Amino acid sequence: MADLSLSPATVVPPQSYGRRALRRFLKHKAAVAGLLFLLVMGLIVLIGPIVSPYAFDAQDFMLIGSPGPISSAHWLGTDELGRDALTRLIHGGRISLAVGLAGAIVSTVVGTLVGAIAGFYRGWTDTILMRFTDVILCIPTLPLVLLLSGLFRPSPPLLVAIVGILIWMGTARLVRSQFLALREREFVEAARALGAGGARLMFRHILPNAIGPITVAATLAVGSAIMLESALSFLGFGIQPPVPTWGNLLNSASSWLSVAPWLAIPPGLCILFTVLSVNFLGDGLRDALEPKE
Amino acid sequence: MSFGFILRRLGGAIPLLLGISLILFTIIHLAPGGPLDMYTDNPAVSQEALDQIARAYGLDQPVPVQYFLWLKAMVVGDWGYSIRTGRPVLTEIALRLGPTLQLGGLALLVSLCVAIPLGVLSASRRGSALDNGLTLASFTGISVPVFWLALLLQLLFSVQLGWLPSAGYQSIGDGSFLDRLSHIVMPAAVLSLATIASWSRFIRSGMVDVLDQDYIRTAYAKGRGERGVLLFHALRNAMIPAVTVIAVDFGTVISGAVITETVFAWPGIGRLFMESMDGRDYPMLMGLMMMGSIGIILANIVADLAYAALDPRIRYG
Repeated sequence: MADLSLSPATVVPPQSYGRRALRRFLKHKAAVAGLLFLLVMGLIVLIGPIVSPYAFDAQDFMLIGSPGPISSAHWLGTDELGRDALTRLIHGGRISLAVGLAGAIVSTVVGTLVGAIAGFYRGWTDTILMRFTDVILCIPTLPLVLLLSGLFRPSPPLLVAIVGILIWMGTARLVRSQFLALREREFVEAARALGAGGARLMFRHILPNAIGPITVAATLAVGSAIMLESALSFLGFGIQPPVPTWGNLLNSASSWLSVAPWLAIPPGLCILFTVLSVNFLGDGLRDALEPKE
Repeated sequence: MSFGFILRRLGGAIPLLLGISLILFTIIHLAPGGPLDMYTDNPAVSQEALDQIARAYGLDQPVPVQYFLWLKAMVVGDWGYSIRTGRPVLTEIALRLGPTLQLGGLALLVSLCVAIPLGVLSASRRGSALDNGLTLASFTGISVPVFWLALLLQLLFSVQLGWLPSAGYQSIGDGSFLDRLSHIVMPAAVLSLATIASWSRFIRSGMVDVLDQDYIRTAYAKGRGERGVLLFHALRNAMIPAVTVIAVDFGTVISGAVITETVFAWPGIGRLFMESMDGRDYPMLMGLMMMGSIGIILANIVADLAYAALDPRIRYG
């Protein structure tokens, strides 16, 4: 007669969701590298301006006229107004990253709200909100952003709002589909039977179960927001000089491309590696938080 | 796929276009300043003259009235007149549509020819060094800022090597096929990079899903070679999810590539948009934005039709 009970040594203790997610995330090497890069970049833009011997708008009057070369005093050269390029790059990173993060937060909050309300209440509310989402999705994005920022000449907070409210539609559709599925589950019914109201059901009971896909979408939104802001600033419609961002640094470098190519390379590399890291991070989070099996 | 489905989708586009036009008109007309700004600083232009221009373009009317006048004209195909040049909006657009379609069409054609083989190759060697390399490359391609890539290409091929003209549609006094080709190479390359990167990802993931299916094993078991299985059994089904993305990207061609056209001084729709922004040319901006939206809506309808054509399980009633 075989002994059907398992010996204690073979019983694997069940791992928590968070622990399993962390293990899956750590297996994604590119995502870990991306996260490390973003942390280092964040640290540099936070402390860089403090340790730099130059202010971002300080001019060396001896160097005004044309861009200065790379030297021991100016590691990445100077621009045509005699300002230290490395200092402006780091300060620009502060602005670009801040606009990217804030834009992603706006887009995630708006997208989650719209999607949650549409998916939870269904019916007419859903139809109206999703029709509105469709309308925004059918307008070409970049021209619309240019239109808004070109005509309204926004301050940085308004720019964040403009960037945020143009990339929320994907999140809204995603959250809606999650809510449509989750609202039928037993635990929601149980909470409803206990007397929970609409807002409590939506945000206490359903939302935590959709947090995985929302986190992934929010991460990827940071990349889109950084890209959108730098495109706007490059075209002269975003953050205005003398405040530097990676986009408007490239704008001013483009007029000196043949004389001072060293000014055009670093801001682009910063955007490329930051957005690449964000995209890898999003991919890793998707593997970690939305396991397929 | 039925004729009725197409008609119904086209009918459904009308409320969508109404909503779009209402939003755009409100944004454009509520913004501070206006198309007459370019005259107000000029002391030679009197207030009476300004009022007269405003009356001629209906700018003295309340915004809702202006919207209904615009809508009424639009319904019968009158897109209005450019305030900057005085020519009809449709004429202005027609003048710029050629270069934009050449550039966008070439870029998307190149993208198709490169993205499909890359996606198939990547999926068929899943997990190999080649697949990982292509994955890294496509992530990079999606993350590169296009305007920076454009600057780098100009720096390399125009400034350093002197092989290609840095900007423009054709040389003055030239315009031969080779001359035009040398002008279109860089902008087309810049435009196609991002689409190649994103399309090859969609095709790869479509292929990966399909290659696990039983009918692929059956095809191999029947003795079909790898090439035959990939191209004749797998690709058609793998393309189904990618088709939507590809069709929508085709739809955005008509609104012009604002960034690329600006960097390369390409005389297309994207540049026309930037010029109209500078002059606050309301009728032009409305016309260009509406045309871009129509492009996207049509592309979505085409995507649904292509979906049904590729997948016989899908029938639209």
